[in-house]
Amino acid sequence: MAILPLALAGVRFVRAGETLLGPLDLELGACGTSVVIGPNGAGKSLLLRLCHGLLAPSAGRVRWCGADAGSAAQRQAMVFQQPVVLRRSVLANVDYALALRGLPRRERQRRAAEALALAGLEALARRPAHVLSGGERQRLALARVWALRPEVLFLDEPTASLDPAATAAVEALIGRFRQAGTVVVMTTHDLGQARRLADEVLFLYRGQVRERAPAAAFFAAPACAEARAFVRGELLW
Amino acid sequence: MTDLSTAFATALRLITTLDAALVEIVTLSLRVSFGAVLVACVLGLPLGAALALARFPGRQALVVLGNALMGLPPVVAGLVVYLLLSRAGPLGEFGLLFTPSAMVIAQVVLITPIIAALARQVVEDLWASLGEQLRSLGAGPWRAVPTLLWEGRFSLVTVVLAGFGRSIAEVGAVIIVGGNIAHVTRTMTTAIALETSRGDLPLALGLGFVLMLLAVLVNGAAYWIRDFARARGG
Repeated sequence: MAILPLALAGVRFVRAGETLLGPLDLELGACGTSVVIGPNGAGKSLLLRLCHGLLAPSAGRVRWCGADAGSAAQRQAMVFQQPVVLRRSVLANVDYALALRGLPRRERQRRAAEALALAGLEALARRPAHVLSGGERQRLALARVWALRPEVLFLDEPTASLDPAATAAVEALIGRFRQAGTVVVMTTHDLGQARRLADEVLFLYRGQVRERAPAAAFFAAPACAEARAFVRGELLW
Repeated sequence: MTDLSTAFATALRLITTLDAALVEIVTLSLRVSFGAVLVACVLGLPLGAALALARFPGRQALVVLGNALMGLPPVVAGLVVYLLLSRAGPLGEFGLLFTPSAMVIAQVVLITPIIAALARQVVEDLWASLGEQLRSLGAGPWRAVPTLLWEGRFSLVTVVLAGFGRSIAEVGAVIIVGGNIAHVTRTMTTAIALETSRGDLPLALGLGFVLMLLAVLVNGAAYWIRDFARARGG
């Protein structure tokens, strides 16, 4: 049973009379990792928030089409650019998310231990989460959603403020989600990261999906002029 | 001048020998204030958090009203509670007027708005930074109330101490509903007011010292707790 695919039909997002995103007609979830790229203000974060249900579209519909769509909220997770941790221990941060799902204590302990081990945080389990470094926090955020076993994972620029070593650790974790069969939808500013992780690329420009293609094809020869300029590293806004 | 120094010496003696009358008054003051703070927290913290997260028509008006009540004149609070508890009042049958319970009630009326309004601010700020993540994890506003109260625990300690400070130093409301009856409803502040007007300066001054000392202790505790939190990575 699955909640995917995710269909956006005529989705628009308007704020203060200005259309920031859309109209979009889009289906997501057919392939492993979809990477959304585009300049600042293109609507990348907005798109993720609409998909995840944190924002409601001004028009149109965001719909989970799978047989299990009723439990969609429980089967997806999101990690933000600024990892948000609660003022409690590393372990308790993971446990909190599991408790919200109503899992029994035994199961919570098992999953939390497994997730922290995966993220290389077992040694820090009893530390207050607030003393962690930026990279460790992001790994904790990923461990927390790993424990939830989502079918779909949204990542909003997960390595935007991290150094190369921390970025590598986070990308390795994202790889584990892919191996586990989780569909990943992520945004990034880092074209190198997009090349490393993407199965398909969505190029977003001024609130519109201007191009969508398998990663290899996209990076070999972007079809639209803006995407070509963007990939070449020209400043686009 | 000699009057003052005599009073000073006597006050010190009353404190250092733990004078029975002094101890009785201090004890009652602490009992009333702790009781009032406890009830005000049970009411005010969830109320403030709920007000921070709930969205309903009239919410802003309620927030403004709550903030305004922070400055409620104690004598007005005392008068209202007096009218409610007096023999002819709606709660007169319980015979609470001129008892410590009446003083606790008056203090609760005074400090619940303070605790609720300050807690609302703390929780609102936390929700602004944590809200998306909590919603993403599946915690709606109601489930988030206890989470955010716990998250803001170090800031909320200061909020609670602010309520305690107001309560322990307040005289207008407790003198109206308590009546300043010796051995029954005489607190530090009401005793200071009475003894000063009667000219018994040593006891008034001694109580004044204790009151100041408590203020310093309370603020010291608040400072220490913040410090402790910061040391732990707050």
